[in-house]
Amino acid sequence: MTQLDFADIQARVDRLELPFGPLGVDPYGISKRHLARGFRVLGAFYKHYFRTRVRGIERIPQRGRAMLVGNHSGGFAVDAGMALAAAFFEMDPPRLAQGMAEKFIHRTPIFGSWACRTGQFTGLPEHAERLLEDERLLLVFPEGSRGTAKLYRERHSLVDFGTGFVRLALKTKAPIVPFAFVGGGEAVPTIANLYALGKLLGVPYIPVTPYLLPIPLPVQVGLYFGAPLRFLGTGNEDDAHIAMMVDEVKQAIGHLLEQGRTDLA
Amino acid sequence: MKVLITGIAGALGQETALMLRDHGHDVVGMDVRKWPSAEGGITVHQVDLRKRAAEDVFRREALDAVIHMATVTAFAVRGEERFRINLGGTRAVFEHSRTYGVKHVIFVGRHTFYGAGPDAPLFHTEDEPPMAMATFPELADLVAADLFAATEIWRIPELTTTVLRVCYTLGPRGHGTLAAFLRGPYVPTLAGFDPLFHYLHEKDVALALLRTLEKCPRGVFNVAGPPPLPLSVIIRETGRKRVRVPEPLFPLLVGRLGLPRLPRGATEHIKYPVVVDASAFQRTTGFACAFDQSATLCAYRKAFPIQK
Repeated sequence: MTQLDFADIQARVDRLELPFGPLGVDPYGISKRHLARGFRVLGAFYKHYFRTRVRGIERIPQRGRAMLVGNHSGGFAVDAGMALAAAFFEMDPPRLAQGMAEKFIHRTPIFGSWACRTGQFTGLPEHAERLLEDERLLLVFPEGSRGTAKLYRERHSLVDFGTGFVRLALKTKAPIVPFAFVGGGEAVPTIANLYALGKLLGVPYIPVTPYLLPIPLPVQVGLYFGAPLRFLGTGNEDDAHIAMMVDEVKQAIGHLLEQGRTDLA
Repeated sequence: MKVLITGIAGALGQETALMLRDHGHDVVGMDVRKWPSAEGGITVHQVDLRKRAAEDVFRREALDAVIHMATVTAFAVRGEERFRINLGGTRAVFEHSRTYGVKHVIFVGRHTFYGAGPDAPLFHTEDEPPMAMATFPELADLVAADLFAATEIWRIPELTTTVLRVCYTLGPRGHGTLAAFLRGPYVPTLAGFDPLFHYLHEKDVALALLRTLEKCPRGVFNVAGPPPLPLSVIIRETGRKRVRVPEPLFPLLVGRLGLPRLPRGATEHIKYPVVVDASAFQRTTGFACAFDQSATLCAYRKAFPIQK
């Protein structure tokens, strides 16, 4: 990246509509310094390594609470990183998407600290609700770690969705912006997952690729955002009712996935 | 209003006494320690809260309210004596208050009640259970005292009980766990971890207690000042140097080579954040801190400069 890009990143960080204090830290501990450094690295992957194609970014509300709900694809959270980068680099003003991270990340030295400083907190309902009540942009992958564990041959499929995200959307009256991430399976072509080794290392699993190490390949990936979905309710509805809404979101992501595959091909 | 402050000779006790007196309250103090420079209008009884003489103070003074801050941490007192001070003292306060017609008791507890962990919510609310003891057994007596005080809310309905869980304090008096941890030129942190720390200025603690006396709310409340900051920023802004220590070496190095001493369980508290949601207290009492993040750190830095 050029020096001009770094200045642009700093300018974008300055334009984030978050209540940073005089020491450059917001009430959640998100640090401008860490964001600028983090987006330099992420930006290089987003723009140059994966040459990410983005469609429908204008469907993300410019301000106010919203949930970006998408599919997992590709060994580890390449999808989350690219969605974060898209909201930061493509939106005007830029927005910080805040993901709900797996618990092991915050137990891991350096990773946990960086996740906190860049607004990626442990996936707890308390965190999600508080962030939405504070009019933030939440990034949710209802497939959880089962989604990132998809093998190469399953890369275009969707596994079971959790239901908590819909209850949360109803409770906080937050719109759901469905999105599909395409190309993650090609970037990290997982042929097997080593669960026992993962447990030993304190992570859910270790993905194995044909070239052994789970290093992402420089393939083009795509992000396809759909129209916001708004559901009516309180979040206390019975499971069958919630399941219908979850299905609607899943179908929307499925359509975007098909559309994305065609577009990227 | 006639107010008894237990633990008045401590830094926060003194700060609170002066603020209450300046706002027209009649302040009486109790402590086993002396406060030789106690200013006019403040009567200090040098007695042990758990002894007979303490009951005499309650009997004679016709108190309206009691602020109970005579509790100690594992940093100050070790072993069973700490349990006796924290639990026996708290029990004595409530028993005497009920017997002698006190209307309002404020128990000053600590926000570390909630405990620190990788999967704990970032902003603790008052309805959460205490998880501190799992990793920090030295906090057990303080947690028990907090819970005991909270049971008095329904056990003695004629008495208004307020339990405050106050976050770390910083300021020119250098009072408290965080202030002691930051005292030297080098502050140890765990390599790869940088938790948020929630703190407020010593004068803001006194202000929070004044507001609590005025509004007399019943219940449990978190008390915090400005938004929390990462430990690394606090160390930097107070003019200290951060020493990153790998976790396996941490127990071997703390308390040596000029680094501060810490109880074993405290490691979790410099690894993960303990941050509270204090909005209920602010709504109920109208409390707003007078010192922001920088002003509080600056006050501490000026009071405890590092010689270069």
